[in-house]
Amino acid sequence: MLPVMGDETCAITLKVNGATLRLQVAPWTTLLDLLRERLGLTGTKKGCDHGQCGACTVLVDGVRINSCLSLAVMRDGASVTTVEGLAEGEALHPLQQAFIDHDAFQCGYCTPGQLCSAVGLLAEGHASTDDQIRELMSGNLCRCGAYPNIVAAIGQAMRPRRSA
Amino acid sequence: MNPFGYTRAGDVAEAVRTAASDGAAQFIAGGTNLVDLMKERITAPSRLIDITRLPLRAVESLPDGGLKIGALVSNHDLAYHPEVVARYPLLSQAILAGASPQLRNMASTGGNLLQRTRCYYFYDAALPCNKRAPGSGCPALAGVNRIHAILGASEQCIAVHPSDMCVALAALAATVHVTGPAGSRTIEFAAFHRLPGDTPERDTNLQPGELVTAVELPRQGFAAHASYLKVRDRHSYAFALVSVAAALELEDGKIAEARLALGGVAHKPWRDPTAEDLLRGRSPDDALFARVGEHLVRDARGRGHNDFKIALVRRAVVRALQQAVAGGSQA
Ligand SMILES: Cc1cc2nc3c(=O)[nH]c(=O)nc-3n(C[C@H](O)[C@H](O)[C@H](O)COP(=O)(O)OP(=O)(O)OC[C@H]3O[C@@H](n4cnc5c(N)ncnc54)[C@H](O)[C@@H]3O)c2cc1C
Ligand code: FES
Ligand code: FES
Repeated sequence: MLPVMGDETCAITLKVNGATLRLQVAPWTTLLDLLRERLGLTGTKKGCDHGQCGACTVLVDGVRINSCLSLAVMRDGASVTTVEGLAEGEALHPLQQAFIDHDAFQCGYCTPGQLCSAVGLLAEGHASTDDQIRELMSGNLCRCGAYPNIVAAIGQAMRPRRSA
Repeated sequence: MNPFGYTRAGDVAEAVRTAASDGAAQFIAGGTNLVDLMKERITAPSRLIDITRLPLRAVESLPDGGLKIGALVSNHDLAYHPEVVARYPLLSQAILAGASPQLRNMASTGGNLLQRTRCYYFYDAALPCNKRAPGSGCPALAGVNRIHAILGASEQCIAVHPSDMCVALAALAATVHVTGPAGSRTIEFAAFHRLPGDTPERDTNLQPGELVTAVELPRQGFAAHASYLKVRDRHSYAFALVSVAAALELEDGKIAEARLALGGVAHKPWRDPTAEDLLRGRSPDDALFARVGEHLVRDARGRGHNDFKIALVRRAVVRALQQAVAGGSQA
């Protein structure tokens, strides 16, 4: 039986972009607020705070989720990847490069969420056509309307040889 | 969010015991509905009982040919589970028509059943709402009610149940397994959710402290002729205005068995066995489908902004049945 935790703060361990962190969190702290306010990882955006826009998308154990609806305490032991953790040193993630190649953003506000969502989409492996990319990226809104270029960028990352 | 305590349940018995000892505690699974409602201060549990570490993630084939789905199986994992895709495509289609990929990764089977209405008045803590504050009134009756119920509503509440998955589960005649302080029991899907009547604050017939542990599907999956049609304001990532789960068993050109359930029209997934009776034994054709659509809305009542749903149901039923005959998904 796991321990019943106290009513104030809880001790959790999180791996964030490869670094293992021991943290005390209040149970009502969302993963989004923890990342932005406590850990200074402001790449992940708070668009709506209600699961309706996708700007807060991060990967938890490789799976894309909305960090605004996720309580940090419930992710104890998990590995979190944010947009800051996608590149390997100076080498951009292929999706980051594809977004640049295809001019897949304007203001850039939705982009971190789009990138993490697209990484999750590729890992899930359910999309092969542009229509499927569109449907399975529908959880990420872009107020600038960069959608055609986002779809093209993801298509490039998914089918690297086509663009070569 | 209001402050609350946090307990991580190690087993089902502990989860149920904790819930029974504190009537203001709530279970949390994916959190996609509950955290949202807590942020809006629609609900303020004293304690969250985290059930996500409970061993309720299995999808098991049963000896009688059915399928048992653990309450914590995510909406994503269920929609793409090979047994579900092959044998219960209606369920897979319905789940994939709902929410977004990120939300489906988080959302659980049990939580989906217990998600609350998206009625704007329910969601606005500054306004009256009989569901949120019993006896305070229902502003939707004379207010903005475009998304509201046309069937089975009461003068206390015209909210609708927002789930897509549950519409398919209603059509498939699923059973819900629950464990509570008084032991374990099963609930027929049709008896799980409630109509509002005079107690709109109660969405379901779950008793205090009861935990959903699994959903069971019977053997008959209608794999060859099933279709989930969802009509909404945008083509993805939007709740249903009207949805139809249609499932047919065809034999020698005749309808041997039929199931129909509607979403977006009532306080629960709407299944009307008399509409299914009209189909059984008949040859599938558009005139018959139109009669069935007409029959389903015979007692429907619009409230102004949602009047369009009555015509929409008639037409959506015809299209869903046509798609089911053709064996395909939404065009
Ligand atoms: C922006 C947005 C769009 C959406 N669009 C759709 C849509 O188009 N179609 C659709 O169907 N859904 C939609 N949803 C709703 C989504 O499907 C539900 O929020 C989700 O299924 C709830 O599951 P959960 O595990 O996250 O539940 P939670 O939020 O964890 O819990 C919800 C409720 O269920 C209770 N609960 C959870 N598990 C159990 C259990 N095992 N036993 C007893 N009680 C339990 C909790 O106490 C709580 O009251 C949308 C949600 C959002 C935020
Ligand atoms: S901030 Fe999480 S979905 Fe909008
Ligand atoms: S680039 Fe501006 S919101 Fe998407």
